[in-house]
Amino acid sequence: MSTPPNVIQAARLKKGFDRGRRDRLISIASPLILLLIWEIAARAGLIDQRFFPAPSKIFMTFLKLAGNGELWSNTWTTLVRLFWGTLVGGIPGLLLGVAIGLSRPLRAVVDPLVSATYPVPKSAIFPLLLLICGLGEASKIAMVAIGVFYPVLINTATGVLEINKIYLDVGRNYGANRWQVFSTIALPGAVPHIMSGIKLGLGLGLMLIAIAEMIGSKSGLGYMIWNAWELLSVEQMYVGLLVIAFLGFVLSTILTEIERKLVPWKTTR
Amino acid sequence: MASSTQPRSAPTPGDVPVKIRLRNLTKSFETPSGTVTALDNVSLDIAEGCFFMIVGPSGCGKTTLLRILANLETATSGSIEISAPAENRPGNSMVFQGDSLFPWMTVWDNASYGLRLRHVPKTQIKEVVGHYLDRTGLTRFAHSYPHQLSGGMRQRVSIARAFANDPDILLMDEPFSALDEQNKLLLQEELLRIWEETRKTVLFITHSVDEAVTLGDRVMVMTAQPGRAKEIADVPFERPRSVLELRSRPAYGEFVYSIWGQLRDEVQRARARDLGETKA
Repeated sequence: MSTPPNVIQAARLKKGFDRGRRDRLISIASPLILLLIWEIAARAGLIDQRFFPAPSKIFMTFLKLAGNGELWSNTWTTLVRLFWGTLVGGIPGLLLGVAIGLSRPLRAVVDPLVSATYPVPKSAIFPLLLLICGLGEASKIAMVAIGVFYPVLINTATGVLEINKIYLDVGRNYGANRWQVFSTIALPGAVPHIMSGIKLGLGLGLMLIAIAEMIGSKSGLGYMIWNAWELLSVEQMYVGLLVIAFLGFVLSTILTEIERKLVPWKTTR
Repeated sequence: MASSTQPRSAPTPGDVPVKIRLRNLTKSFETPSGTVTALDNVSLDIAEGCFFMIVGPSGCGKTTLLRILANLETATSGSIEISAPAENRPGNSMVFQGDSLFPWMTVWDNASYGLRLRHVPKTQIKEVVGHYLDRTGLTRFAHSYPHQLSGGMRQRVSIARAFANDPDILLMDEPFSALDEQNKLLLQEELLRIWEETRKTVLFITHSVDEAVTLGDRVMVMTAQPGRAKEIADVPFERPRSVLELRSRPAYGEFVYSIWGQLRDEVQRARARDLGETKA
């Protein structure tokens, strides 16, 4: 007796399902296994504990730093700087990006300026920012702002330029004024590009804030890592690195979620 | 063109006020290979409430003519007179060829676009847009996004958007050219039905003689590049029309044939020109 086709299909489906579950299990297990190997290797003295302390020791340090509040206050300080820097850099980047995307003359003015200043390593500007803004919060916020500004500006302008010309024709034919062209066509049409600009900018901002805090600050995660080097507390350094990595991950997850809400027309339901 | 029946419902410049008056309208473009004349001395009167069709071979400047009237391009020379719109309604609204719906707006937001730009009161928007979505069978899809709709549905939204804006003149640029034959027929029927409610002045561009005769009061045949008015014919069929019934009549076939006669030479000229260009 031959097997009915729907049974074969069901079997195939089940196999596919099992494979999906297996893949998920592997992707959860692989970092855990790596941690386990690391732990064993560190305890057995196979790797140098001065550079690669056992994960359990890092975790204990994490608990200690979390317990005395040092970790939270540093994380909070970094987040606040990141927040203000993103606003201060992102909003002008967005507005200017839309403007140069819409206006040819403005593009002619701004384009060479961006091309000339963009390649300057942002971290190299920090001493200058310290001179201008002093040792206070302003210099750190400015550092993040510069990092966020460029990707948002460039991506927004690209996004606006890539909007199909027919949409601008529709706006003109239906009598949209400048503000309405901006708010109903240029801005929403560029949102997908703007979001990737913000993501890139935040990543860069996180990098720059760490550097800025190492050099010119007595607080924040960057300072915590630098301080750990001075104290030769490698575990604390790892805790700082992990928290920064985690922040990057969480921020990008939040942005992806926001993007899904803002751009329902890019996802098929 | 002589026709046996008097065009009862086809307004002629004699008895109805002229809505659009074009005189010696010329448009030329500068291209690397020299000046190209898209429109050459087009003079034309379009009566108020007339469903005016323009047929011509591709590249005859018919879209250019429409875009000039829509204020999206300017003529090189010549004059355009359009009688002022009644009340404070917009001068014209265009139904574009191809996808022109904003992908980031729902069907409702697309259809209400013109009214929202003009800050029309919400209750009025609701009434007007609701009406046209209903007439185009889109009520169920009001909160869908364009990418979730078929090509025919999307073009219905475009039509609803133009009608809801309540303009004095409707400009239609080959709105059905990308649709399959069945959808085209349905949309032509729907367009006629909706148009009957208001009988606005319509300027409709097409490359299909069938479409021109089915929908229009008058049909203008344009010459191949440079675009000139070759012939203007009154369509002798009464309204309201049923597309299928109309097409089954012998008189319809004869009329389409006579328009085709005018157009055929132009299509061949356009073809010869294209072939010449590829050789050169």
